Amino acid sequence: MIETFIFYMYATILVASAVMVISARNPVHSVLFLILCFFNAAGLFVLLGAEFLAMVLVVVYVGAVAVLFLFVVMMLDINLARAREGMMAYLPTGAVVGLVLLAELVVVFSNWGFAPHIAAEVQAPMAAYAHLTNTDALGHLLYTRYVYLFQISGLLLLVAMVGTILLTLRRRPGVRKQTIADQVARSSRSVEVRKVPTGGGV
Amino acid sequence: MAGITLDHYLAVAAILFTLGVFGIFLNRKNVIVIMMAIELMLLAVNLNLVAFSAYLGDLVGQVFTMFVLTVAAAEAAIGLAIVVIFFRNRGTIAVEDISQLKG
Repeated sequence: MIETFIFYMYATILVASAVMVISARNPVHSVLFLILCFFNAAGLFVLLGAEFLAMVLVVVYVGAVAVLFLFVVMMLDINLARAREGMMAYLPTGAVVGLVLLAELVVVFSNWGFAPHIAAEVQAPMAAYAHLTNTDALGHLLYTRYVYLFQISGLLLLVAMVGTILLTLRRRPGVRKQTIADQVARSSRSVEVRKVPTGGGV
Repeated sequence: MAGITLDHYLAVAAILFTLGVFGIFLNRKNVIVIMMAIELMLLAVNLNLVAFSAYLGDLVGQVFTMFVLTVAAAEAAIGLAIVVIFFRNRGTIAVEDISQLKG
């Protein structure tokens, strides 16, 4: 009973804040509603027994990605009035596409079922990890059977990091910056010791 | 999980995904909100994966969700970097203004 109530609470707030994300006037409000979305999705994850993913969602998404969005939104000086104009022009197209998609999904949901052989296809049955917590079980799976995928996803993050730094790095003329290569390349001959007469100056 | 079935979670995820698609069409002037709509769609997919993982008793769905989260984080970082350099060059982030390749 209480579980049903909690599910409907999280689901309602999740959908309502998703509506606010796409319809808020101010992009900053959109980001804040996105954060609320992530929190409620994390609540649903906990309800499903995926505690680790719920915490990842809160820590990585709310703590990093949403804050990144917030930084960019606040850093860029967006013309709000211009960003809003023409919104009504796209409303019919968007509504049609959205409704078609929703209708398709409803048709799918109204008659579906698991294939009979699906129970035999389970790759990592949770019953085998019943003595472990969710985090432990995920770790066991991730560091053994899926270790190559895990490494590749780390590589992906590295590439994304290098790409992001390369894209946003800019060299402005007229700024005195430290050139480490030049400093390292100096030889001892580039320093000259001169005898300066007292009171004569250089 | 007595009263709540898999269908409930699938319905929530479907509504969330549809809202994401709708948001892309609605906010054609603001790339950042479009990216947030994409995040919503990815969240809906993750919700589907975790719900199926829980109701099938298969842990692989949650492992896959972690990889989806990784890719989504990388995508958000690269996308925002592109938005930042585009704004630096052109002073706008409206999608319609991104037509330089037309020549």
